[in-house]
Amino acid sequence: MAGTMTIKLVFSGGLELLFGNERNQSVLIPPFVPSDNSTHSSPDTPSTGETKAADLEYLIYHLRDHVLKERPELFMENGTIRPGILVLINNTDWELEGEGSYQLCNNDEIVFISTLHGG
Amino acid sequence: MQTVKRNQQQYDMPLKILSYDELYGWTMDAIVEQIGKKNNCTFCGVFRRQALDRGAASLKVDHIVTGHNADDIAETVLMNIMRGDIARLGRCTSICTHGEDTIKRSKPFKYAYEKEIVMYAYFKKLDYFSTECIYSPDAYRGHARTFLKDLEAARPSAIIDIIHSGEAFEVKEEIKAAQKAQQTCKRCGYMSSNDLCKACTLLEGLERGMASSVITDRARKKMDAIGPAPDNIRTIPLFRSTPTIAVELPSQS
Repeated sequence: MAGTMTIKLVFSGGLELLFGNERNQSVLIPPFVPSDNSTHSSPDTPSTGETKAADLEYLIYHLRDHVLKERPELFMENGTIRPGILVLINNTDWELEGEGSYQLCNNDEIVFISTLHGG
Repeated sequence: MQTVKRNQQQYDMPLKILSYDELYGWTMDAIVEQIGKKNNCTFCGVFRRQALDRGAASLKVDHIVTGHNADDIAETVLMNIMRGDIARLGRCTSICTHGEDTIKRSKPFKYAYEKEIVMYAYFKKLDYFSTECIYSPDAYRGHARTFLKDLEAARPSAIIDIIHSGEAFEVKEEIKAAQKAQQTCKRCGYMSSNDLCKACTLLEGLERGMASSVITDRARKKMDAIGPAPDNIRTIPLFRSTPTIAVELPSQS
């Protein structure tokens, strides 16, 4: 579909273990996505509900539903990234970019780093 | 472990790997087999702390430097409050404390947020690895940690605020006086507040197949009532040393 965006992903700090041990991956995201972050409608036949420009929040749901291999509770919590996981958007802390409301652009690089470790 | 071995090459530093099996005659796998997934942190924590001291002494190290960051210290403050551990609460925020013998222990990253350290490591492309403990996914520290991370998400200064509160704690002199005096373990000679140090007590429990009963003082008395320790209990090697050099230990995070 025209306008589909390629999003580069990096998982590190141990988080790659939840994503099939692949540190570098990429996903295709349509420019408009369901407002309720439902990821199960095909990009070619968008759900009839409301849509929004694809944002980071949607990407998180997409990763959980389609890329994550195990233990989703270690990745997401209460509709966002679990506290303790750092997110960088093109090498900038996502807290400076509006977190989940950041609008994705083609070729964005999103990095997820787990800071969790043993005691 | 592979990361640590690579780090040794990258930083050209001496590395000593000391296994629980070598020191205590038990691997963590064997301990978990007997104890189960709960409470094994007690064993790992005590054994790890003592292994650091014993290993440092064997290398004639006079100063142990650990990689504890601000998040770790704040977690410890919370845990000591929740457990009512006054003795530890009083000293857990000190940057420099004394371990076994005259070996000093320091936490130079005490005020550095874990987030800053991880970001630094990422941007400097440092080779490191971190993962959650496979033996105890549901440890007590995990609850303190989750709580702390939730607090941080709501208000980032919470971490440094908790450390500040920990530092400001004053333990009354009468309470301090009532605390058990430090002595040395009758079996291995390690510093201890009881006749036997924590590692020797835990080890005896493991050897006698009563490991789950040595975690609290009360349960310990019950084990003593059943009978005295058999003669063949291992004496954990203790290395006495005259300090000469300082070696930085690789941090966990």
